[in-house]
Amino acid sequence: MKGVMSNKFVITLYVLPALILILLLIYIPIVLTGYYGLMDWNGIGKMKFIGLENYIELVQDKKFWQSTWHSLLLGIFSTVSLVGYLVLSLILASKIKGANFLRKIYLIPMLLSSVAIGQLWAKIFDPTNGMINRLLVMLGVDNPPLWLADSNIVLYALFIPIVWQYAGFYIIIFYAALKNVPEELIEAAKIDGANPIQIAYKIKIPLISGVIKVMVILAIVGSLKYFDLIFVLTGGGPNGASEVMASYMYREAFSKYNFGYGSAIGFGLLVICLIMTWLIQKLLTSKEDVQF
Amino acid sequence: MSKIAYETETNATLLAPYKSSKTLGTRIGYGILYFILGVIAIVQVYPLVWLFLFSLKTNQEVFGMSPFAFPQDPQWGNYVKAWTAGHIDVYFFNSVIYTVVAVLITVILASFVTFAITRMYWKLSGLVLGLFMAGYMIPLHSTLIPLFNIFKSVNLIDNPISIILSYVAFNLPITIMILTGFYRTIPREIEEAAVMDGCSVHRIFFQITLPMTVPVLSTTVIINMIYNWNEFVFVNTFLSSDKWKTITVGVNNFVGQYLTDWGAIGATLMISIIPVLIAYFLLSDRIVEGIAAGSVKG
Repeated sequence: MKGVMSNKFVITLYVLPALILILLLIYIPIVLTGYYGLMDWNGIGKMKFIGLENYIELVQDKKFWQSTWHSLLLGIFSTVSLVGYLVLSLILASKIKGANFLRKIYLIPMLLSSVAIGQLWAKIFDPTNGMINRLLVMLGVDNPPLWLADSNIVLYALFIPIVWQYAGFYIIIFYAALKNVPEELIEAAKIDGANPIQIAYKIKIPLISGVIKVMVILAIVGSLKYFDLIFVLTGGGPNGASEVMASYMYREAFSKYNFGYGSAIGFGLLVICLIMTWLIQKLLTSKEDVQF
Repeated sequence: MSKIAYETETNATLLAPYKSSKTLGTRIGYGILYFILGVIAIVQVYPLVWLFLFSLKTNQEVFGMSPFAFPQDPQWGNYVKAWTAGHIDVYFFNSVIYTVVAVLITVILASFVTFAITRMYWKLSGLVLGLFMAGYMIPLHSTLIPLFNIFKSVNLIDNPISIILSYVAFNLPITIMILTGFYRTIPREIEEAAVMDGCSVHRIFFQITLPMTVPVLSTTVIINMIYNWNEFVFVNTFLSSDKWKTITVGVNNFVGQYLTDWGAIGATLMISIIPVLIAYFLLSDRIVEGIAAGSVKG
């Protein structure tokens, strides 16, 4: 048995093509990003080694920390909204008629490209002809907000399409996890006289805590990587008010041709993502994980 | 994670007998609950209805009349304009090609890897699996500049091969993750019997194992298709000629050029999302299952 199934040649043949691809296109590039960060380079000409200059600049760069803060803020919003998704999933997963149909409806926006969502919401947010402001004017609001053009509210406005896009995704996951909770446990709790809220809080949520943890990581790390929607909707504006790490990196590299500094930002993004993942895992594993 | 997906949720109907003993209070409670759930459903769908409506309107209608009104004289010409003037036909074709080619390569390579890791015996299998799994944690933007430089140095900038390779590499982790979950659930007895009969590894893989994984393969195909069809950054960064661009990037450029022509913009957006909506309409169960299985990727 083991003889045939441990044929080194076959193993190499099966694994190597995919392995080479991810090494070449994922792992080598992240090392190179850190290396390019040591260079003064416009992307076309020769690289000039300048040591840690870019990284020292990065640490002192107000714009970078501002974009990091915006990314983190989106991560915090996303994490808070998880509570809402969890409540909705608890409702859907508790013998509601049409739950299957509803969660399919909720998922629809998730299937669209962020570009299509961005362009659609650019129209929805349009200050004069957009759906929201036309509705507000109809309801008698005199000076409806400018939404994406107002630097004070742009980040909050951006969060509306983000919720719209991802709500269905989180609901699908929580729903699937809740459906996996053994029915006997819930029945037993019912016989003991527990009400639905107690059952949710004391049985269902602890049992799916592993999934909740993964979703918190996803919500925060996913937010740190946000790009498409913001690039399309605001381009980071007005005046940097909605700049996030990825859009800052993209602008520095591919608009201003500061490839060296852009690489340093890219490396900063990687480090911050990894630190956050580690931190959340550390914070959330103190509680005992329930297996089922 | 993936275990969740393969538990179907048919038991919802089995629990129905409970509601026979409903009081007026619980009925009102249910009424409010359904009202909230219904409002959320409308919020999720109405923007797309609104998009469809304005894709059939003239600018006068968009600017002058209620945004909630139906188009007076549906302007199907907007779709013709979008399809021809915006090169949407070319973009659409490119999207189909890149998506199909990348999905095929991804699924085949991922199946090879998953088979070797879950079915064959070698020391480094755990480490290699870890490398693939960790790939999804890497933010794409941290790789973008080096990727651009690597592709430039081998003359693959403005060449669709760079796009297909990137799609394959970045979708391998999630695909392998979903496949591994499934492979671990299929029994080894058949394969063991085949080994006893003197079957070669290749025959075992192609004729026994691969056919057994068709259900999960279709799930991964759908997930991959959606990601590739919607991908933006790689195409926007690596391709510059109009003849190579995909519909996602093409739509973005088109909208940038026709800022004020709402009808044409709406029609272009509709054309870009219709294939995904049709796929969802036909395969919603598989897609929902696939997303639950692929939950680790955001």
